[in-house]
Amino acid sequence: MTSLPTQSLEDRVRSIVASHRDDRGALLPILHAVMEEMGHVDPAAIPILADELNLSRADVYGVITFYHDFRQTPPGRRTVRICRAEACQAVGAAELADRATSRLGIGFGETTADGAVTLEQVFCLGNCATGPSVQVDGRLYGRVSPERLDSIIEVSA
Amino acid sequence: MSTSGGVTTVYVPRDSAARSVGADEVADAIGAEAGRPLRVVRNGSRGMLWLEPLVEVETPSGRIAYGPVAPEDVGELVAAGMLDGADHPLRLGLTEDIDWLRDQTRVTFARVGVVDPLSAEDYVAHGGLAGLRRALSLSPEQVVTEITESGLRGRGGAGFPAGIKWKTVREAKSELKFVCCNADEGDSGTFADRMLMEGDPFTLIEGMAIAAWAAGASEGYIYVRSEYPDAIATLRAAISTAYDHGWLGKRVLDSELSFDLFVRVGGGAYICGEETSMLESLEGKRGMVRAKPPIPALEGLFGKPTVVNNVLTLGSVPMILADGAAAFADLGVGRSRGTQVFQLGGNIARGGIVETAFGITLGDLVERYGGGTRSGRPVRAVQVGGPLGAYLPTSRFDLPMDYEAFAAADAMVGHGGVVVFDDTVDMAGQARFAMEFCAAESCGKCTPCRVGAVRGVEVIDRIVAGVDRKKNLKVLDDLCDLMTEGSLCAMGGLTPMPVKSALAHFPGDFGTTTEEGR
Repeated sequence: MTSLPTQSLEDRVRSIVASHRDDRGALLPILHAVMEEMGHVDPAAIPILADELNLSRADVYGVITFYHDFRQTPPGRRTVRICRAEACQAVGAAELADRATSRLGIGFGETTADGAVTLEQVFCLGNCATGPSVQVDGRLYGRVSPERLDSIIEVSA
Repeated sequence: MSTSGGVTTVYVPRDSAARSVGADEVADAIGAEAGRPLRVVRNGSRGMLWLEPLVEVETPSGRIAYGPVAPEDVGELVAAGMLDGADHPLRLGLTEDIDWLRDQTRVTFARVGVVDPLSAEDYVAHGGLAGLRRALSLSPEQVVTEITESGLRGRGGAGFPAGIKWKTVREAKSELKFVCCNADEGDSGTFADRMLMEGDPFTLIEGMAIAAWAAGASEGYIYVRSEYPDAIATLRAAISTAYDHGWLGKRVLDSELSFDLFVRVGGGAYICGEETSMLESLEGKRGMVRAKPPIPALEGLFGKPTVVNNVLTLGSVPMILADGAAAFADLGVGRSRGTQVFQLGGNIARGGIVETAFGITLGDLVERYGGGTRSGRPVRAVQVGGPLGAYLPTSRFDLPMDYEAFAAADAMVGHGGVVVFDDTVDMAGQARFAMEFCAAESCGKCTPCRVGAVRGVEVIDRIVAGVDRKKNLKVLDDLCDLMTEGSLCAMGGLTPMPVKSALAHFPGDFGTTTEEGR
């Protein structure tokens, strides 16, 4: 079946909304589902969501931009998140952050030019006694030494 | 009961902290190396996180612990007879006899690490549902009275009496009421909510069902932060099982109670741990803080009367109903009744969960339980109560962990998180970070928080750089007062606490002496 990408985007978004029709205040669950399926919330989805949920486009845009989780551009093939909160700071998170940015040659919130890795900062992964902590595509790593970080990033790259 | 039918039972935690240091690989290795019929239970963590992955083997004398077990240790351990509880340098003896665990009073965490978190049978066999059954045999008013008499206060940080909140919702007139569990545990150094949700999710479900009965609510939401994917998956599986067993849905346990429960996932915004911001987020909006009044108990989710409690608060409810208010109220000191689940994190030798009655001193927690720093260097500062809590020096280790005693010392117990720093910490840097974090995570609704935090970073930078030091210290002091008094919620209102405490206890780090600062 060949369909224009915009049509398929519209179909996919409308079908996600349909599966959340009974949820109260459904926008966040819907946005999570869109992220899950497409990796990001394409700006073209905003008017469709607004239409489906009887919201203004500004409302939808406002919600997407309020939450760190929702991004409007595709992420890298893998997402590496480094915890920079206090408990991890106490055991060397700053060194990990510096090492990650210099190894990958990008800052937080950026993606490598080859599209392999997106680097993000996160404030607390709830792993405060076994830090410093790094999360790669939802998988949590604890007691991450600089050497272990290198191997985590290498696998990711 | 160790080897029923010749099958050995082994416990390897599924807790995400244990998994982060290799528990999955350890469980796989044990399965591969055992060479005999095995039942591997993926339990919650016992909370001794420096020993993770902690493997337990069921023997005729009880559960024998080994830890920390690396995947590459497994071959040797099995060869040494671990599956029969044999000796080995990693053998820690009977789990329950480990001093660190034995000296605690596990109430809310009684089942965590002991049971299979997703086994309904385990849950009932270990006392689950006793609280809900008793609650349903009482009138809602009697349940509220029981909670009030137990002295239970909100464990999320504010310490508001739970019974008063429930009574307010109970007496509000509305066709539709909600129970919302705040599981947006964003404070660095806190992980007890996560461990309870991953290690004993049915306790939270039972607590929420009791709250629903007491308040007259029919629908509940657990708002979990997206940083906790394992907790989300565990809760969803547990809720599905609870429906299957008639613990949720229509006519819960054949009673008059009907209660539907849903998991909602946050969006990575720290501010959504503030209750009104969480309610906005649950409604599908930006997590902007609401002005109070109206209080959520009267106009909460979608404007309806709503009970909002933290995971540990609701998780303590089943035990209070099962054993009676007095059993809970007998623990603790002053107006801080019951136990608190303290969390030791950061640069600490023995980090993890210490559940004990209120009143234990800060020093006892950090030194006796925590064993000092992981780096082996002297402890310099501890931050208690999350990013908005005070930094305290070791000279305050005599402080008892008690809401009022901490408040009197310009600090807060908060959610019970204790983060330890060694003598390499730069306290001016920590104070700057507090402001920076507030600037990044402020919802932006009120000016003292939104603008004050940005100005705070700039002023601290000027102080450290030695620019008009005396004048800028006064500006910082004024700014902190303004944020404390003028902010809409605790985000802006409490950010000055880490800043001012760092300045008060560690003035030298700001390139000045106390005298100059005055």
